[in-house]
Amino acid sequence: MISEVVMPQMGADMTEGTLLRWLKEEGDSVERGEIIAEIETDKANVEIEAFDAGIFRKALAQEGDVVQVGEVIAVIAGADDDISKYTGGERPAAVAASPQAAAQQAAAPAPREAPATAPSEAPTVSTQMPAGGRAPEPSGPGEVRAPQPAVTETAPPRQNGRVRASPLARRIAEERGVDLAGVRGSGPGGRIVKKDVESAVAGAPAAPKPAAAPPAPSVAPAQAEAIEMSRMRQAIARRMSQSKRESPHYYLLVDVDMTEAMALRKQINDAVEEEERASVNDLIVRACAIALQQHPQFNVTADGERFEGQPAQHVCIAIALPDGLIAPAIIDAGAKSLREIARESKDLAERARGGSLRPEELTAGTFTITNLGGYGVETLIGIIQPPQTAILGVGTVMEQPVAREGQVVVRQLMKLALSADHRVTDGAQGAQFLSEIKSLLEKPISLLL
Amino acid sequence: MAVITYREALRQALRYQVQNDERVFLMGEDIGAYGGSYAVTKGFLEEFGERRVKDTPIAESVVVGAGIGAAMAGLKPMVELMTINFSLLAIDQIVNNASKLYYMSNGQISVPLVVRMAGGAGSQLGAQHSHSLESWYAHVPGIKVAVPATPYDAKGLLMTAFDDENPVIFIEHTALYASKGEVPEEPYRVPFGEAELYREGRDVTLIGYSGSVHQAFRAAERLAGEGIEAEVLNLRTLRPLDIEGILASVRKTHRAVVVEDDWKFGGFAGEIVAIVQEEAFDDLDAPVLRCSGADVPMPYAGALEQAALPQEDGIIELVKTIV
Amino acid sequence: MTADVVRLLQTMMNIRRFEEKAAEMYARGKIHGFLHLYIGQEAVATGAIAAVRDNDYLVTHYREHGHALARGLDPKAVMAELFGKATGVTGGRGGSMHLFDVEKSFMGGYAIVAGHMPLACGLALAEQYRGTDRIAVNFIGDGAVNEGEFHESLNLASVWKLPVLFIVENNLYGMGTDIRRVSAVTEIYKRAEAYAIPAEQVDGMDALAVFEVTARAAQRVRSGGGPHFLEMICYRFRGHSMADPEFYRSKDEVERWRRLDPIVKLRDRLIGEGVITSDDVVHMQAEADRLAEEAARFAEESPAPAVETLHDFVYKERA
Repeated sequence: MISEVVMPQMGADMTEGTLLRWLKEEGDSVERGEIIAEIETDKANVEIEAFDAGIFRKALAQEGDVVQVGEVIAVIAGADDDISKYTGGERPAAVAASPQAAAQQAAAPAPREAPATAPSEAPTVSTQMPAGGRAPEPSGPGEVRAPQPAVTETAPPRQNGRVRASPLARRIAEERGVDLAGVRGSGPGGRIVKKDVESAVAGAPAAPKPAAAPPAPSVAPAQAEAIEMSRMRQAIARRMSQSKRESPHYYLLVDVDMTEAMALRKQINDAVEEEERASVNDLIVRACAIALQQHPQFNVTADGERFEGQPAQHVCIAIALPDGLIAPAIIDAGAKSLREIARESKDLAERARGGSLRPEELTAGTFTITNLGGYGVETLIGIIQPPQTAILGVGTVMEQPVAREGQVVVRQLMKLALSADHRVTDGAQGAQFLSEIKSLLEKPISLLL
Repeated sequence: MAVITYREALRQALRYQVQNDERVFLMGEDIGAYGGSYAVTKGFLEEFGERRVKDTPIAESVVVGAGIGAAMAGLKPMVELMTINFSLLAIDQIVNNASKLYYMSNGQISVPLVVRMAGGAGSQLGAQHSHSLESWYAHVPGIKVAVPATPYDAKGLLMTAFDDENPVIFIEHTALYASKGEVPEEPYRVPFGEAELYREGRDVTLIGYSGSVHQAFRAAERLAGEGIEAEVLNLRTLRPLDIEGILASVRKTHRAVVVEDDWKFGGFAGEIVAIVQEEAFDDLDAPVLRCSGADVPMPYAGALEQAALPQEDGIIELVKTIV
Repeated sequence: MTADVVRLLQTMMNIRRFEEKAAEMYARGKIHGFLHLYIGQEAVATGAIAAVRDNDYLVTHYREHGHALARGLDPKAVMAELFGKATGVTGGRGGSMHLFDVEKSFMGGYAIVAGHMPLACGLALAEQYRGTDRIAVNFIGDGAVNEGEFHESLNLASVWKLPVLFIVENNLYGMGTDIRRVSAVTEIYKRAEAYAIPAEQVDGMDALAVFEVTARAAQRVRSGGGPHFLEMICYRFRGHSMADPEFYRSKDEVERWRRLDPIVKLRDRLIGEGVITSDDVVHMQAEADRLAEEAARFAEESPAPAVETLHDFVYKERA
């Protein structure tokens, strides 16, 4: 019969003991109850007894060893018992798992740019760096929407006519002029908490905390200084990275002759009130909204591998904020007149700066227009805004000489750049879509129909 | 219905129990020949004899322990301790034995014991006679704690205490023994764990128990004169606690003040506040406040003693900060 | 009352082997918390419990495995309780220090020194109230005699003439403190006299002496004579508990007392008187071994209590 001698538990808080002395040698016979060793614990030296009779066959710990409570330190058995499982070496030391030295690869490489089959080249310029100066920030309109449902509660956070919001959330809402009725709560029971209000204000993500702040951007002169990333910045960073990772962008560029459009615009603006005056961008919004109805495959949203064609055209316009960029949608632009669009785009800009955009405006967009024409940028190639699958970059309108019917004339030209998701569309479709926009702008009367 | 004193109400319940249940007997210092230090058992020794009514030595620990032992053997003893302050001499028996026997024995042995004691202050009895330590007993799982505020409570809760199979710490209030109220003559029970809506209101809930119910009520009457309708809850038992009753009231009024004689820091009112904010956070329009005894040993001088106890003015002041 | 002497010896051997097995199980990490071994004191529990009736209440301290086994609790259930298993005497909830078996009138092991004395008084009070001749036997250690509850209990028992038999197992040390260092009066039985309780000192290493004195005392208590007090001088061969390094007493002293081993003493006497043979002893030892082995195996194989039962038995509901 094999009896294991273990380092005994001698008191509730003992975890290890030191084997001081063996009082038996291998081969000695042992009686039950006989003292066979001395051990040292935190409190005292203690003798340990054999619990069974037999031969002291093997010592598995040496005098002086520190042993964890419960480990086998010797074997007492009959002379003929097979104790080979104990004799394959010393008592098993704790095997340290060698840590994986594998360095983690950086995040997935940028998706391959699909070669455009359309006429234009597709420079893979990421125009994330501003052309110059500080504001405004990147071409991509930045993080604008709360991510799709990370919010667990779908029921509105009301209870007996009271909006469920934490006292802190209420205070912030009051300070920032947010209407709690429009805020979705992510706290227990649908309670609105601080972060829900903050996300409603600035469009920073409501739910999961942003990933650890990315390190300073890769402009690395010798004296690099860590840049503190605001929440909006972090959000933009994350969204744009995601877009580049997941949407294989292709790019088509085209020149649009805006001479007629500018003339019509002047006529319109002379005839209407201030709030209905159209900007160049408003014209482009209208043109896109019409074009999207003809080319619905550019009005598609992506959710992982699922793509949904959206029935209405909610066209986002990019608005610069002190801290970054926001791109709220003109809801149902496809059904709105140029006048309405003009009015709404002004309203959006004002509310964006005042922090009172509605959640729908921040989440429902299906297509985006980003325009740096006001800053003299000629070509703006944008980064698609997830979950959308296309974006139109707009450059400045400038006088340029062109050849028309064998003559050189000066016309007002504007470059448009379409960035589109190659999972959903390809170059030919993009070319047609872009062509449609160009036609509408070059025959601007169609924008009024 | 008869109007009798709190003391007489207790007496009726005890008499009923001794008369109707052979297993019941009473033990305590001076409950027999002296008639009881608060006269609750006056006449009992003559009526029932020494076997049922035992005068004990001044030895709280063994007296309570013997009560526990007799309960373990299947009798239903009642032990009277002169005040809750002296019960501390028996707290080892109550906490280490009575509260744990059913659990430690895996359900084999229960302790149907009633321990009565008087708490509270107001009569200038000095620091060692004047405290309210009910939170210490309410803290212990395995015992129940009753705190009658009225004569009706006293009789009904004491009847229930004898029905209960668990050790019951029955804490009376020294200043209430002479208070009067309507009490039915026939036997009845006030269940444990059901607070009484002592006064209906709308704007704030005042939660009290034992003596503090009356201060809360008086404060409520004065507040009514200023257009504030306070609802007053009489908890009746601290363990089990009528949590649903408290929450229902707070959900209605959205504001609460807990009133207690006991020391504020670490006291039972803190437990009520914790429960309310956990369960009814979204119904609160203001933090839940406490009007408690001052964190001092009880002084003798009259004005000092009054200042150490929650007063109507204090309650009203607190209410006004939140209404 | 005459003793079944062979049964006394077997019981002591069973207790001894059980305690050794428990010590082994503790060292192997199967038993946790505190373990207070009765090795050396077997004569007290064995002799005293054999001398009273099966339905006399026993209220004892935390060094109680011997008392439990002497009262007839199943060693398997006791070991399972030490292991903390659902099949234990109290479902794993009590542990080594809190064994209860109401059906055998075993009313608890308790951990508060002297804290259980009032309970014994109360059980005795209940029987007096009912007019029966059932008594309560209260085992305490020498460490209890300076607690307030010791004095309160002796006084109340005396004044009310409660049918309680107090038995002090004086093993000379309150944990690690020699009784002479902390007691104004070290002959413990004299303290009882201060409360007008008849008292005697007994050789606690002699099971037959324990039996005889206890039987006489119990009879007096049972017939309305009021409480009685027995001081039994004995010795524990192991430390206070498994963690005790025994700095406070010398090995010589332990050795001297080991020579007074109650099991050896009774065994030799019975062999000498021809009541048993050494062969019988071998069989008896084998029986003790078997019971202990079986108990350990049963405990090992038993399930732990389900976590869902955590809140059971806090309060008793009315039927």
